[in-house]
Amino acid sequence: MAENLLTVENITLRFGGVKALTDVSFDILKGEIRAIIGPNGAGKSSMLNCINGFYHPQEGRITYKGQTRKQMRPYEAASQGIARTFQNIALFRGMSVLDNVMTGRVLKMKSSLLEQAFYFGRARSEEISHRSKVEEVIDFLEINAIRKTPVGRLPYGLQKRVELARALAAEPELLLLDEPMAGMNVEEKEDMSRFILNVNAEFGTTIALIEHDMGVVMDLSDRVVVLNYGEKLADGTPDVVRSNQAVIDAYLGASH
Amino acid sequence: MEFLSDFFVAPIMEMVDAPEFLAEVIIAGLMSGVMYSLVGLGFVLIFKASGIFNFAQGVMVLFAALNFVGLMDSGVHPIIAFIATVVIMTVLAMAIERVVLRRLVNQNQLILFMSTIGIAFFLEGFGELIWGGNVRPLDIGIPDDVVFIANGTILIQEADLFAGATAALLVTILALGFRYTAVGRALRAVADDHQAALSIGIPLNNIWVIVWAVAGFVALVAGIMWGTKLGVQFSISIVALKALPVLILGGFTSIPGAIIGGLIIGAGEKVAEVYWGSLFGGAIEEWFAYIVALLFLLFRPQGLFGEKIIDRV
Amino acid sequence: MLYREAGDFKTTYAKDQALIPIRQDRVMLYIAIALALLLPFVASDYFLGSIAIPVLIMVIAATGLNLLLGYCGQISLGSGAFMAAGAYMAYKCATAFPWLPMPVSIILAGLATAMIGIAFGLPAVRIKGFYLAVATLAAQFFLLWLFTHVPWFVNYTMSGVPTPPPATVLGVYVTGADAPNWAKYLFVLSFTAFLTWIAYNLVRSRIGRSWMAIRDMDIAAELIGIRPLWTKLTAFAISSFYCGVAGALWSFCFINTVEPTAFDINRSFQILFMVIIGGLGSILGSYFGAIFITLFPIFLNSAPAWLGLDIPGDIITHLEFMIFGAMIVFFLIVEPNGLARLWQLGKEKLRLWPFPH
Ligand SMILES: Nc1ncnc2c1ncn2[C@@H]1O[C@H](COP(=O)(O)OP(=O)(O)OP(=O)(O)O)[C@@H](O)[C@H]1O
Ligand SMILES: [Mg+2]
Repeated sequence: MAENLLTVENITLRFGGVKALTDVSFDILKGEIRAIIGPNGAGKSSMLNCINGFYHPQEGRITYKGQTRKQMRPYEAASQGIARTFQNIALFRGMSVLDNVMTGRVLKMKSSLLEQAFYFGRARSEEISHRSKVEEVIDFLEINAIRKTPVGRLPYGLQKRVELARALAAEPELLLLDEPMAGMNVEEKEDMSRFILNVNAEFGTTIALIEHDMGVVMDLSDRVVVLNYGEKLADGTPDVVRSNQAVIDAYLGASH
Repeated sequence: MEFLSDFFVAPIMEMVDAPEFLAEVIIAGLMSGVMYSLVGLGFVLIFKASGIFNFAQGVMVLFAALNFVGLMDSGVHPIIAFIATVVIMTVLAMAIERVVLRRLVNQNQLILFMSTIGIAFFLEGFGELIWGGNVRPLDIGIPDDVVFIANGTILIQEADLFAGATAALLVTILALGFRYTAVGRALRAVADDHQAALSIGIPLNNIWVIVWAVAGFVALVAGIMWGTKLGVQFSISIVALKALPVLILGGFTSIPGAIIGGLIIGAGEKVAEVYWGSLFGGAIEEWFAYIVALLFLLFRPQGLFGEKIIDRV
Repeated sequence: MLYREAGDFKTTYAKDQALIPIRQDRVMLYIAIALALLLPFVASDYFLGSIAIPVLIMVIAATGLNLLLGYCGQISLGSGAFMAAGAYMAYKCATAFPWLPMPVSIILAGLATAMIGIAFGLPAVRIKGFYLAVATLAAQFFLLWLFTHVPWFVNYTMSGVPTPPPATVLGVYVTGADAPNWAKYLFVLSFTAFLTWIAYNLVRSRIGRSWMAIRDMDIAAELIGIRPLWTKLTAFAISSFYCGVAGALWSFCFINTVEPTAFDINRSFQILFMVIIGGLGSILGSYFGAIFITLFPIFLNSAPAWLGLDIPGDIITHLEFMIFGAMIVFFLIVEPNGLARLWQLGKEKLRLWPFPH
């Protein structure tokens, strides 16, 4: 039996009068691919934002690697091995692909400001050792050809891939993917699915994935949690969720 | 110890001893505050409608005043000069929209802000190239007597009263315009939600022109009042910079905020200067507003009336 | 094919990450250094004293602002005041500890300015973009007031504008009235070269990438584990350090007085313009910007005479305002990477030359 990596309990998140999440609980097991689905505005992104500390839920608890907290903090989440990609691409547009991916390793670099200013000691050796790690990720995601290109000039599909590369460069234990395939064509989706499965299989990375494409969700995920209007509707294996009446109603009711 | 008493006790004693004098100081401060408010008002209008922080607003005050006084000095009747300047400011708004804003849509706010610094420099050079860089006295026949109120204990400049009344009138007209005209409603729609405004078919470019023109009109009014007080000169655009701390206080999107912020800053800096200035060697008016703004930025960045915004990803 | 990067293959990451990876660029750098060192032998005293020295000093200030604005995306309208802080701190240092070598006093002044920069950068923790303009304007007005109204800063000099003490390096006067221009030039040049090298190192290291990450997408940067507070404050500190050193050199090696008017708000705008016109986020751009903004007014003042025109000085000044303003808008719209980008495009043309496309 796989152990728990993350458990969220009774999470409630409000923005002024709007309740984005109401009393949501679920868990993520080590090594699994966990999908979070639901209609637009269901609170999926908000859930990820709570997990990595960008939003602070008013109620509930988050247990990650055995430690329980009321809220996460972004820095803490990142340094504890949580990395993510964003629904609307959040790359550093003015920087090259290589530099973007290198930023993924900030937390692993230890050189002091003075060493960096004079580019000696750890500053120099780290640049080189981390570069080779980054190149591995770049190879893995097959973006070698564009490594020196400013990301702003890349097509959408590639940008999404660079974002994944940046997250992977951090060697995360828990990878949060917010609609990694939105707006992609079929081939790009197949590529991305392959990468996600490979990451999970080769590095053993636990993945939480938000996705609207049901086919993809059914193929990739081990377990699915369904949100609707901020509340948890269903939780279980893809087959169980697919045949759940409440889920079917929610999806037919929603304008899809 | 002595400093503490000089700082905390002595000024308060002075205020209590001569309340009429305090009242005069506050009133004088409020009057410069009205000017800050008027400049701040122009900022808010543009910021609400286009999300641009228009650094050039202060220079627009100078530019409008220069045109007005320049025309008057060439023998044009004040009313004609006024109308002509309004036309000039409208043309300017159109030019800015066409040459600058249109080409910077979707740029980040910092780039837009810096481009308005460029506009400010251009306008300043342009205005002075045409009308010269000398101080020009401005007299449009505003009475310059003093009146006494409160049984003759408090003295007020009539010109100040006039300025206050004009400002109040202007704000009322703007507020009514916002509420009851089609253009005003469109402006409010844009301010609330750009996307929504676009989807109901309001041409954004026209909105920009209108609001920059209105801001130009406000600048003209501010410029005339300032000009009658100080003469029309370059330093107006530096004084007008004080509208920036005013906006930090009042919030960038709130018209009442700009007004109240301006009055608070105006009165506050006068009182500080008169009662505490000598303790620090004088001229603390130069930075008082900015340091207040700095403290706000540290502890209450949304200002007195603004609300907190939570970023999204 | 005068200029080429193809064929210049890197075999290790270390070589690829070298300061200047392309050989032709390295050659160009060596030529530039040689020229800079030869300049005192060939240039006139006027050129050294009135053009070369101020340009080199402004390069330092512009580089400082560029690190903050071009790399970290935080605006400052207070660079002039930070220069003033450097000048006054250097004066205090050099008079309080006359035995300190002058370069040390200047570095100390830079460090003191860095502290002041951090204080005024603190609001950046909670605010973004143009809000910072107001915070740094506070620095501009408050600091200048402070230095003029607190006589301690000028050692209670009666006039309020003291003269920097003379000092020697290697037996030659580099500050004070007796210092020859060539010595001051070399003194300033060594600072400029050193600080340029430091700036290049910083922007290719982790801190530089963190700055750019904050600039481009601060939320994502934070969620990656970049600490916004630390990152922005280091940018403020280092930027102010550069401005402080520049201000000290300006007072000590150029105008030879310590006075506030040299550092008023117009100075802040001048530095801002250097960064925008030279190129946001380019250290080479700071050079272009400093050269252009310093030389252009000189050109504008003498051009009418060459053409046999008689244009009064104030008209020239108004024209200068208009042209700079228009250029700012132009570059922001067309090429935010400024002259540095044009230079790069020029090089790329050269690479293909003589084959079009
Ligand atoms: N920063 C915020 N401020 C105010 N309201 C917010 C904020 N973030 C999210 N919300 C609200 O919370 C609710 C849930 O939003 P969320 O983005 O989590 O939905 P989602 O399931 O990711 O939807 P989608 O499929 O469209 O991405 C929505 O009503 C949204 O408007
Ligand atoms: Mg979402």
